[in-house]
Amino acid sequence: MNTPLTPNESETLGRIVADLKGRPGPLLEVLHAIQAALGYVPPAAVPVVADGLNLSRAEVHGVVTFYHYFRHTAPGKHTVSLCRAEACQSMGAEALAEHAKRRLGVDFHQMTADGQFSLEPVYCLGNCACSPAAMIDGRLVGRVTPERFDELIAERGRKQ
Amino acid sequence: MTVTVYVPRDAGALSLGAGEVAEAIAREAAARGLEMRLVRNGSRGLYWLEPLVEIQTAAGRIAYGPVTPGDVPGLFSGGFLTGGAHPLSLGPTESIPWLASQQRLTFARVGIVDPTSVADYISHGGYQGLRNALSMSPEAIVQAVTDSGLRGRGGAAFPTGIKWKTVLEQSPQQKYVTCNADEGDSGTFSDRMLMEGDPLTLIEGMTIAGIAVGATQGYIYLRAEYPHAYRALNSAIAAAYQARYLGGDVMGSGKRFELEVRLGAGAYICGEETSMLESLEGKRGEVRVRPPLPAIKGLFGRPTIVNNVVTLSTVPTILDRGAEFYKNYGMGKSRGTLPLQLAGNIKRGGLVERAFGVTLREILYDYGGGSASGRPIRTVQVGGPLGAYIPASQFDTAIDYEALTGIGALLGHGGIVVFDDTVDMAQMARYAMEFCAIESCGKCTPCRIGSTRGVEVIDRILGGVESERNVKLLEDLCETMLQGSLCGLGGMTPFPVQSALKHFRDDFRPRTRN
Repeated sequence: MNTPLTPNESETLGRIVADLKGRPGPLLEVLHAIQAALGYVPPAAVPVVADGLNLSRAEVHGVVTFYHYFRHTAPGKHTVSLCRAEACQSMGAEALAEHAKRRLGVDFHQMTADGQFSLEPVYCLGNCACSPAAMIDGRLVGRVTPERFDELIAERGRKQ
Repeated sequence: MTVTVYVPRDAGALSLGAGEVAEAIAREAAARGLEMRLVRNGSRGLYWLEPLVEIQTAAGRIAYGPVTPGDVPGLFSGGFLTGGAHPLSLGPTESIPWLASQQRLTFARVGIVDPTSVADYISHGGYQGLRNALSMSPEAIVQAVTDSGLRGRGGAAFPTGIKWKTVLEQSPQQKYVTCNADEGDSGTFSDRMLMEGDPLTLIEGMTIAGIAVGATQGYIYLRAEYPHAYRALNSAIAAAYQARYLGGDVMGSGKRFELEVRLGAGAYICGEETSMLESLEGKRGEVRVRPPLPAIKGLFGRPTIVNNVVTLSTVPTILDRGAEFYKNYGMGKSRGTLPLQLAGNIKRGGLVERAFGVTLREILYDYGGGSASGRPIRTVQVGGPLGAYIPASQFDTAIDYEALTGIGALLGHGGIVVFDDTVDMAQMARYAMEFCAIESCGKCTPCRIGSTRGVEVIDRILGGVESERNVKLLEDLCETMLQGSLCGLGGMTPFPVQSALKHFRDDFRPRTRN
């Protein structure tokens, strides 16, 4: 069963749908706004969005699950995205990914047991002349060596 | 006079510490009681020198790089605010040979202007193209674009003017101009650099397109992986509205053009134009069957221009300086210039805009300086994850749509990813299939199923399971995907695989197990 929305989440959702429903082709905009506010798109949000935009649940579910960017579960406190595309591979992205998985003790699409870090793959961050690239909480980082990766993780570990 | 200091806000420069350098410079200037104006420009595209800081002097801009925050006090002590000597000094920016030998038309202002300032844009020649367009008939604007020889820079290389003409010829109704900014190909970043470094050029190009075909609404479909470009575009759009270059009365002409940015959500397939339109409508990004063409029935079923960022951003130059001027660059049927992106294992990576006709070898060695690792370059992949791998024996090929097609490759969006001799080409072929499996929209079988089978077949080859038979099967599978897929994702994924098989067959030998 889906976890029901909290009253706060319901209110946020209602406001987002009301604000955006009049725009042309609003569904992606609505989902982006939900993820920006809540960190993910809770499965329980699907019927609410469907109702608000006059779509079927299947249509909304279909869109949420089509796009890699939309999360179905709450993310860790910090989201670490590692580029897996060719330019980064040419500079050691595969080895970096293995290192990151070992360092955090998780695989891609997983969250560390303490809820601090989510590790996600990404297919190109557009920083291909400074490979390998990573994005941490929206901050782009270039030429990421395993040592640099450990520093970045340690910096965030300290700030909690 | 207050000195102007430029520190890029380009995402690539920020990824190497430009933000911290800008803070250090502001702090140091304040501590020393020195007055200066800090402008956050785009990147000049010399990424091995980023963060690249520039100082405006009477003799032009002087560059320093790569600068770290720790270098900043020393730079001030060396008098860098007056262009003083320092080990990090690169001299006048425009004289750096890597930059001086380029032919920057589309990128003329990137790294030079303040991306948020309409006034700065205009003082560097901006909005001349739109001014001219407003005094021309729609047919004449479209004719100029056709005459320039401009072809779609997103990768398909379709003549831009022909597309526009089709939209213009549809009966008056709501029409749209959409910009495909879903730059998902690995090894490409020209769209990103342009949107961050000179977003008003894209805005001007889209406005000209709207005026030309009678479209009053524009959308920029931007990938979610580009948060910096999102902010840069939104602030430039707000500035353009403020200065009445967008809105109900563009430049006092009485003509309307509205523009907004819509975010994608991490689907590579949405770079395919019909899939992008579905996504803009808020749907799953599944490919549409053509016909009808988007120019006839596009966004919300209306006539729609779909062009790439670089294509639209080249239009202002054409309308400003004339079709003839632009057409005089290039070779054969590839007219004008192309902003190439040099990426991956390369010593001096970045943005090289040159007229078509320059060879791969010149780009890789004269500009790139060879591999970053110092090992021999074994292959380059041109045109993103659907582009062929080109062996070193073909590096004398010219950058030209037809020349690359002639060797079984493609130019695509102009990204060049460099690999040294440690690359395992069977793994790269496997990755091509894996990527297609992850990104397939699922609508057609050859792409949806073929890509997964492709990974399995390559695994069997490398695992020593009937390797010869499975190589044959892989070749057959490539042919099926190539002929039977609905769009370029399934239809072109075979290119990297086939080229790896053709040029690097030895890499497909069964591996000995550990």
